[in-house]
Amino acid sequence: MPTVIVNNKPVEIGPSEKLNCIQAAERAGDTIPSYCWHHDLSVVASCRMCLVEVGEKKPDGTIAMQPKLSPGCQTPVKDGTVIVSNSEKVLAAQKATLEYLLLNHPLDCPVCDQAGECGLQDYSYKYGRGYSRLQEPKNIKPDKDYIGDQITLFTDRCIMCTRCVRFTREISGTAEMQVVSRGTHEEIDIFPGEPCNNKLAGNVVDLCPVGALCSKDFLYQQRVWWLKSKNSVCPGCSTGCSITVDQNEDVLYRLKPRENPQAQGSFMCDEGRFGWKYAQSDRRLTLPEQRSAGKTISRDWDVVLSSLGTTLADLSDQKSGAFVVAISPWATVEEAYLLAKFAKDVNPNARLALGPVRTVGEDDLYPKDIHGQPSLPTRFTIRAEKCPNRRGVEAVLNHFQGEVVPFSSVLGDVESGSVDTLFVLGGDPEGWISEADVPKLDKLKLLIVQDLLGSPASAKAHFVLPGAAWAEKDGTFVNHNGLAQAIHRGLRGPEGSRPDGRILFELSGRSGLFHAASLRQEIASQIPELAALSVGDLGEFGVSLTSAAKTEPQPVG
Amino acid sequence: MSTFEPTLLARISKTDSQLLETYRRDGGYEGFKKALGMAPVDVINLVKDSGLRGRGGAGFPTGLKWTFLPKDHPGPIYLAINGDESEPATFNNRILMEQDPHQVLEGIAISCYAIKSKKAYIYLRYEYGRSYRALKKAIEECYAAGLFGKNIHGTGFDLDVVLHRGAAAYICGEETGLIESLEGKRAWPRIKPPFPAIEGLFRKPTIVNNIETMACVKQILDRGADWFKSMGVPPDPSNPRDAGSYGPKLYCISGHVNKPGCVELPMGITARQLIDEHGGGVWKGRKAKAVVPGGISMGFLSASELDTPLDFNGPGKVGCLGLGTAAITVIDDHTSMVDVLFNCARFFAHESCGQCTPCREGTAWMHKILARIRMGEGQSRDLDLLTEVASSMGIIPGTTICGLSDGAAWPIKNAIKKFRSEFEEYIQTGRKTVKPSDALMEVH
Repeated sequence: MPTVIVNNKPVEIGPSEKLNCIQAAERAGDTIPSYCWHHDLSVVASCRMCLVEVGEKKPDGTIAMQPKLSPGCQTPVKDGTVIVSNSEKVLAAQKATLEYLLLNHPLDCPVCDQAGECGLQDYSYKYGRGYSRLQEPKNIKPDKDYIGDQITLFTDRCIMCTRCVRFTREISGTAEMQVVSRGTHEEIDIFPGEPCNNKLAGNVVDLCPVGALCSKDFLYQQRVWWLKSKNSVCPGCSTGCSITVDQNEDVLYRLKPRENPQAQGSFMCDEGRFGWKYAQSDRRLTLPEQRSAGKTISRDWDVVLSSLGTTLADLSDQKSGAFVVAISPWATVEEAYLLAKFAKDVNPNARLALGPVRTVGEDDLYPKDIHGQPSLPTRFTIRAEKCPNRRGVEAVLNHFQGEVVPFSSVLGDVESGSVDTLFVLGGDPEGWISEADVPKLDKLKLLIVQDLLGSPASAKAHFVLPGAAWAEKDGTFVNHNGLAQAIHRGLRGPEGSRPDGRILFELSGRSGLFHAASLRQEIASQIPELAALSVGDLGEFGVSLTSAAKTEPQPVG
Repeated sequence: MSTFEPTLLARISKTDSQLLETYRRDGGYEGFKKALGMAPVDVINLVKDSGLRGRGGAGFPTGLKWTFLPKDHPGPIYLAINGDESEPATFNNRILMEQDPHQVLEGIAISCYAIKSKKAYIYLRYEYGRSYRALKKAIEECYAAGLFGKNIHGTGFDLDVVLHRGAAAYICGEETGLIESLEGKRAWPRIKPPFPAIEGLFRKPTIVNNIETMACVKQILDRGADWFKSMGVPPDPSNPRDAGSYGPKLYCISGHVNKPGCVELPMGITARQLIDEHGGGVWKGRKAKAVVPGGISMGFLSASELDTPLDFNGPGKVGCLGLGTAAITVIDDHTSMVDVLFNCARFFAHESCGQCTPCREGTAWMHKILARIRMGEGQSRDLDLLTEVASSMGIIPGTTICGLSDGAAWPIKNAIKKFRSEFEEYIQTGRKTVKPSDALMEVH
């Protein structure tokens, strides 16, 4: 195996791995600070923060060091490469670079959104000097309030790493961002009249290592050190971007992409990034309800659930097709499993349907070329299928019923009156039935709606069960590619709502508490297609159902 | 020295020297014809044998550079000619382009044939309007005469020459900055490797050569490698990296002399000879305090270093960055080095391309410090700070992508080292060259 020597520590790298010094040092547990380098963008080696000493260990054991410093980002490693990142020479260069970067920086950390997660703060603390030797006035550059609908630029905080420029040229392909002027006067800007409003624009805020590019949505909403992060998955489309949910005191403040090579890579789209506001809207269902003839009978969870249980138990003799359960592709695998299993236990003739799979347009591929057409290689895809877990729910439905019945065909039967009971597990913020179609539900004898937001359909349901948004629950989503990823409960939903898994767990009469990891193992043992879930804990990056399917399913206790 | 006959500048004062007709009458394009009768590799070897080193500033051996191109490349291979000539006080290329454009074009044609390039781009500094018009007309003449175009002289060799005007920036003189600019991009020098010979213009193998180098190539074809090598200075045995400095060189003389101008002399003339024998001596009967040996990025020769030979090796021996463009600027003893250095710093702060942090911020900071010193608010520790900042930038310490940063730092380091007492006196006496209000205006 090729071996690289980082600060006297040998570290092995893969035989065909192409790493630079920063990555090799990371393997050895050492950090080489950097700003402009990002593994998904081209290398420009311009910030000069990652300067290191590089050399080569010869076969005879001697080490020949290059006399000058080299940028770690630009220097590939191979067997025998020697990296020194802690010598006096390197430390002096890091200190000098940081002094330069802070020369004209306003040091307005107290009111800067980035404070607490800022590359300048962190590296200055670790590698910088405590005072500036600049005696002259700083350059003052005008802030640019409108880089895009979601993006504002605090120009004088910028360190000219050009990550944003490269992102719009290389990943989105839309090329709105550029560098204007020259030398110390240069600034990031947009072309006149061409704001950065592409569907991936929000990523430039994440890429900005300092507080220059800020999200208008998050600006001044919260100090980042109060935020608690939980790993989750964006439910906005079937790409299933790995994200973190950042909340404080049960208020969701922002979503950020979390790097996952198996899912989407490093980025996320603005539809997902800013599209979660429904979860905290006043349209949320916040209390369960049992109604009869339009009148409220109870709004108490215990009463409603036990009454629903009794009512459903009475359906055991319903004829085939009269009892329909529709499970939305927004439900987690666990929820789909609990509900499908419960329905079949109650009545083996229960018909299971897949809730509406909402698609919008066609898959949106990036980068775009100059004509707005996708160009290869594709770096990011916003999928037309606007739900997170069709594949996961389908796997459950296939297992219990051998086929996937689309909701549209069920709705026809509902309208014709051949269905007596409909249990809908919703979750799509756009709803599961259009307002025009609501009258089609009139012939139902029993309508049970478990959903997130109130709707004309929930208003006429006999049982309403207020569920949780994806950020408020644990579970599993399977993306378009068969990658099963865990979502985690980042915050509590509004008082009165409950995580859907817990509702269904109780409804099924199971003992104990809903626990996603244990349930995954149960599911894996029951459903071969989901055997990969047997690990229970899906880890940071999730597990692939398809690669696991090639191996023998593991028996799970 | 009196027997030396100029060759590069031989035609510039002749009537209609720019025209193809007069150029051909003087034997023009015979060298190109001769080259077409040779194998390309033989032309490269001839240039290698001559010991020609690039006239742009870095002095890299031209023939050797040509051999860095990939062997048997299917093409296209490009030749990019650097006519950006943006080093202050340098105007040797301008004279060649304005007065004898065909000499340059013939060199380009020969070089293209040697490196198997079918397309040459001349990157011309925007301010050079006369050069532009002269070159444009000369190129048109060449096309009309069948010297450029398809199947030249029935040899099957094709050549197109494109004249491109830049938008006036110092950084476009850096070869990869030039390439980026030629591609229509912001002139930010590229990281190397890959070097242009492997991946240059439009990501194809590219050779970047200077205008004067092209004129030298033409003369070498006409007169042979031995003629070229008969002039100049052999390699310095004490410097293993010195490849010798051969051939004629165009020296520009400017500043405080009686007779500024451009003269052609064998490599290795001293600054004192240039001033006294060719520049008419220091003006107003004064003495030289300092001399810029080859563009201000090279630093300064002090009065005691004027006998330094101006070849590729000489200026380095007295702490200068190199020969550079061989454009000397004479600074008389009535001039404040603080003012000179401020002017240098202002230039480089203005021209730093802004890509690498140390140069972007360092040049501007040094400019601000010098402005403050000129306002009478200097402290002696500023000199150490200036030296520290200057030492932290450039490709020599490895902290920047291109060498222009070294050039921005060198005059600072050089001046403070060689004229420190003058700076200290200036600071200690609280002298002010400018009113604070003026100094501030000069900063912004």
